[in-house]
Amino acid sequence: MLIHRYLTIFGRYLMLMGRVFSVPERMRMFMKQYVKEMAQLGVNSIGIVLLISFFIGAVICIQMKLNIQSPWMPRWVSGYTTREILLLEFSSSIMCLILAGKVGSNIASEIGTMRVTQQIDALEIMGVNSASYLILPKIMGMLTIMPFLVIFSSATGILGAYATAYIGHVLPPDDLTLGLQHDFKPWFMWMSIIKSQFFAFIISSVPAFCGYTVEGGSVNVGKSSTDAVVSSSVLILFSDVFLTQLLS
Amino acid sequence: MIEVKNLCKSFEDKEVLKGISTVFEDGKTNLIIGQSGSGKTVLMKNLVGLLDPTSGQVLYDGRDFVGLSKHEKVMMRREMGMIFQSAALFDSMTVLENVMFPLDMFSTMNLRERIRRAQDCLDRVNLSRDADEKFPGEISGGMQKRVAIARAIALNPKYLFCDEPNSGLDPKTSLVIDGLLQGITKEFGITTIINTHDMNSVMGIGENIIFIYEGHKEWQGVSSQIMHSDNTRLTDFIFASDLLKNMRQLVLDKENVSR
Repeated sequence: MLIHRYLTIFGRYLMLMGRVFSVPERMRMFMKQYVKEMAQLGVNSIGIVLLISFFIGAVICIQMKLNIQSPWMPRWVSGYTTREILLLEFSSSIMCLILAGKVGSNIASEIGTMRVTQQIDALEIMGVNSASYLILPKIMGMLTIMPFLVIFSSATGILGAYATAYIGHVLPPDDLTLGLQHDFKPWFMWMSIIKSQFFAFIISSVPAFCGYTVEGGSVNVGKSSTDAVVSSSVLILFSDVFLTQLLS
Repeated sequence: MIEVKNLCKSFEDKEVLKGISTVFEDGKTNLIIGQSGSGKTVLMKNLVGLLDPTSGQVLYDGRDFVGLSKHEKVMMRREMGMIFQSAALFDSMTVLENVMFPLDMFSTMNLRERIRRAQDCLDRVNLSRDADEKFPGEISGGMQKRVAIARAIALNPKYLFCDEPNSGLDPKTSLVIDGLLQGITKEFGITTIINTHDMNSVMGIGENIIFIYEGHKEWQGVSSQIMHSDNTRLTDFIFASDLLKNMRQLVLDKENVSR
């Protein structure tokens, strides 16, 4: 019974995506919405991404120094592990989990409110493909802005690590630099960006589906917002396992 | 002209519309009236294609809307305007942007022409230019309804649908909205269908009234016929309060005396 329910929801999601990925009726309107969504979903998230990345970078560096560094380990090990954690997992997966909360609830509640206040019906009556008009710019906007967020997050995380070295004197800055540069594989950066593209799609499309299919009133909009965050977070975690396996 | 033939709509086991057949005429204000839960809104949603009927036909000037392809339905909808109960203005857009929206999407006008057309529509519903840059949340309910009317007529629709346009408005503002709808109907010769509970609207602008009772068409006529109707379901609905019943009786008694 549960499988049947999930398959039904998945089928409805696929049908909605079928409507979303159609040629926009007016490219001018699409571009206007696209730029607006990039600013609203992406640029407005830069602050929180930088803040969290800076502190997580600092904390990871301190933890690595305290728990891994020992006389038997090379002195670059703290910097090396900090870089690998930031690049491989934090800046893509964990940062997207955080964004699933911020952006996901925003998308679900915005579209859900439009649904219950009949704004989506108004679009349909005008002959506008409401799914494409509302959701496509959000998905494309998130896909476009996400690589920048990942790069900013990695860079700020490393800045946080340097802050512990220069300000906190947790480890010598030279050791940190040595670790950060040791055996650097550019592919890991690409891997992080590729993963984030999948997560960006999940973060924008799943909450949009939750909002678009709301029935009832404001209570259901709130519920859809919660469902959106939970569903997209779980999907990010699941897909992270497969993507890591696939791309490593 | 919109012709409805034997329209039925069921939700699972519940039959909401039971074989409604009627005609909504061009250039007239057609009213659908009935108690809450009688199926008025479901009928209107079937007319505009927000719901698909279980059986029956909806003919727009002879074209069967139900049988049209998805693309044909989209094209057909561009000939429709709709005013929702809640006005359904786009929150993120200003008043002017709301009215410009259908023009932005479907017209070939340049920006200056689109702005001029939107302002003409706002002028037509007597909204001052001060409201142009305001957001829907910053204006009154009556103004929101007027903006919704302006948006609905921006593309010169052939068919105008209004779902309880007076709901939540005071009697005076309701009269203004009724006057606007009637004026626009006559001016552009469009087919206007209004879903209403408002008895002022029924008696004031009802040129073709369809009374829905428990999912079927109970009565059809014009406002002047209501006073003399012997359909008790209709008269009980229209003259629901004791005051209205007494007033009707007084009018009928007066007419009998004068005869």
